[in-house]
Amino acid sequence: MNSWLYIGIFVALSLFFPALLAVLGWFLGPRRPNPVKTDTYECGLETVGETWVQFKIQYYLFALVFLIFDVELVFLYPWAVAYNSLPLYAVVEGVIFIILLAAALVYAWRKGALTWS
Amino acid sequence: MGILSQPIGVIAEWLRNLFLGWGLSEGLTTVLLYLIGAGVLATLVQVWVIFLIWFERKIIGRFQDRLGPNRVGPYGLLQPFADLIKIITKEVIIPRDADKAVYLLGPIIMDAGVLAIWAVIPLMPMVGMDVNVAALYTIAVGAFATLGILMAGWASNNKFALLSAFRTVAQMISYEVPTVLALLIPVMLAGTMSLQGIVEAQHVWYIVFAPLAFVIYFIASVAEVGRTPFDLLEAESEIVAGFHIEYSGMVFAIFYVGDFLHAFTIGALGAVLFLGGWRGPGAETFPLLGLLYLWIKAFLVYFLVVWARGSLPRVRIDQMMDFSWKFLTPLALILLVVAAVLDHFVMGFGMWGRALSHFAANVVIAVLTLRYLDHYDKVRESKRRMVAQPGQYPVARPPVPVETSTEAAS
Amino acid sequence: MTAMQIVFILTAVVTLFAALRVVTTPNMIHAALWLIVALFGVAVFYLLLSASFLAMAQIIVYIGAIAILMMFVIMLTRREMRDRGPQTGPQWKWAAILSALLFGGLVWMVKSVSLPASPVAEVPESSIADLGRALVSPNGFVIPFEVASVLLLAALIGAVYVAWTRRNS
Repeated sequence: MNSWLYIGIFVALSLFFPALLAVLGWFLGPRRPNPVKTDTYECGLETVGETWVQFKIQYYLFALVFLIFDVELVFLYPWAVAYNSLPLYAVVEGVIFIILLAAALVYAWRKGALTWS
Repeated sequence: MGILSQPIGVIAEWLRNLFLGWGLSEGLTTVLLYLIGAGVLATLVQVWVIFLIWFERKIIGRFQDRLGPNRVGPYGLLQPFADLIKIITKEVIIPRDADKAVYLLGPIIMDAGVLAIWAVIPLMPMVGMDVNVAALYTIAVGAFATLGILMAGWASNNKFALLSAFRTVAQMISYEVPTVLALLIPVMLAGTMSLQGIVEAQHVWYIVFAPLAFVIYFIASVAEVGRTPFDLLEAESEIVAGFHIEYSGMVFAIFYVGDFLHAFTIGALGAVLFLGGWRGPGAETFPLLGLLYLWIKAFLVYFLVVWARGSLPRVRIDQMMDFSWKFLTPLALILLVVAAVLDHFVMGFGMWGRALSHFAANVVIAVLTLRYLDHYDKVRESKRRMVAQPGQYPVARPPVPVETSTEAAS
Repeated sequence: MTAMQIVFILTAVVTLFAALRVVTTPNMIHAALWLIVALFGVAVFYLLLSASFLAMAQIIVYIGAIAILMMFVIMLTRREMRDRGPQTGPQWKWAAILSALLFGGLVWMVKSVSLPASPVAEVPESSIADLGRALVSPNGFVIPFEVASVLLLAALIGAVYVAWTRRNS
């Protein structure tokens, strides 16, 4: 429990330090905004249209595949920790789990979902 | 308990007695000690970045046949300090249409996500917080770096920033899969997720057990940081300058610091997981020596990152995605299965026997992979050549006679 | 233990406030970000219960993957980031009554359970290895473990089919 207290303090500090830097920059720097300066920057061109337009569905697909993998990999970690004390059949069960994961990869691959177009 | 054998312990004990002497309660003393410890470590790590910036500019300069910074101070060592003073007195321009709160939180969360990894890195024997899920913690914290970038890109209200953030996040999540898979191998070999435990288990460095896993970890981490050759997030020719296009002054510098720190952090993590961390001659008697070893190893991996940056051209987005999903991920899966099955049978072979059998398996896999890649290259090359020749069909068969088609039509 | 109670109360307040903001903010991305705060609060609760593995899994899966996916979905499908319509549906009164009933029921249930007066015993150091062994032991959860894998495979096939095949044809 004590180690988590330390980690909690560390996380709080690692949020605090960059925030401090930002505040320092805010107070030490000048502040003279004008309409041109605070406009959207696109190498000098005027912005056309809305920013928050729709993007490729492909990003969504990759995020989906990633999500499935992420969940499966989290399951594998306790198995890996216990690995040294596992009998052979338990190791094989883990391997079956990994192979099913590989099957998911192969399916997505063959369907072309992993091909960036 | 001498200062040399227990440097942190002695200082902590002294401080604890000092605080208790002031009449503070036991709990408050612990909190204060942790606050001081964390504060010192976090500060040192951030200040170290200043040196890293100088080092990287110098090395990249040499790679490109330039001198690099050499004007301010000896060897230009004071250059980053001059830059720091300059950037801290620059205006922080917040775009009019930005979502201000999210805009400012983005870089802070990104930087914190990198810095917080240092909470669990075992710096020397007995030092470094020993939690039993440290390996997962480094991944969990990394999720916040991704989040920070997505927030920054979205809140800037700039098409190109958002597009870049999308690319970055797609890249980060794609390369997280091989990283997490590669990380499983040291965890499996050591039988613990505690980083301190992984270091202690490495009587033989895990780079001998799993050289390929180290390579996968290295490549995937470089991609997660978004360093060259995977720096598509700041491909100037395509998307102005990346997700931080609308950031300026100190707020931009936070991204910059986070980026350099991230590169060194993957070096430190790589050293802990595969290069024996603080292990080295005499490290157990003199823990400070262990810190030095860790730092040297981390620096070595960091140098590889810089080397890659100085040598390789940027890849295309489709190549980048293919490389992760169609090469690194399957390879990591194969490695994991082979390591799991093999280790079960060689567990009784003694430390070196076990290590060498793993090494041999890795060599076999490496050779097979290279041969497969060669074959794949040849197939693709021959296809390409067929397409390239004018007046011929792209496939190797004789042209269809005209009569056949008319017969079929009639 | 009081320090732990302070942390618990602070986290609870933040988590509940964030959860409230998820449903009240008109900006979809802000709602997703508040949801992340709430999910993080839940991870802290797990830590307070010494369930460190669960806490890490919560952050990796929910914040690292699901929240990112949700933000992608919002950014991909919405032209307007801000909901301009009214924030409550026509049946909001019924929903409020139902929620109040549910809350009351939960309070009643928690009240009726007799909780141990003293805090839980120390969690053994080997808890994660125990979990790993239980996941693949025939007396433990080997069937759920493999079924989960098949389920996730099915989920991926479904996701790829729905999101991808239609667009290709």
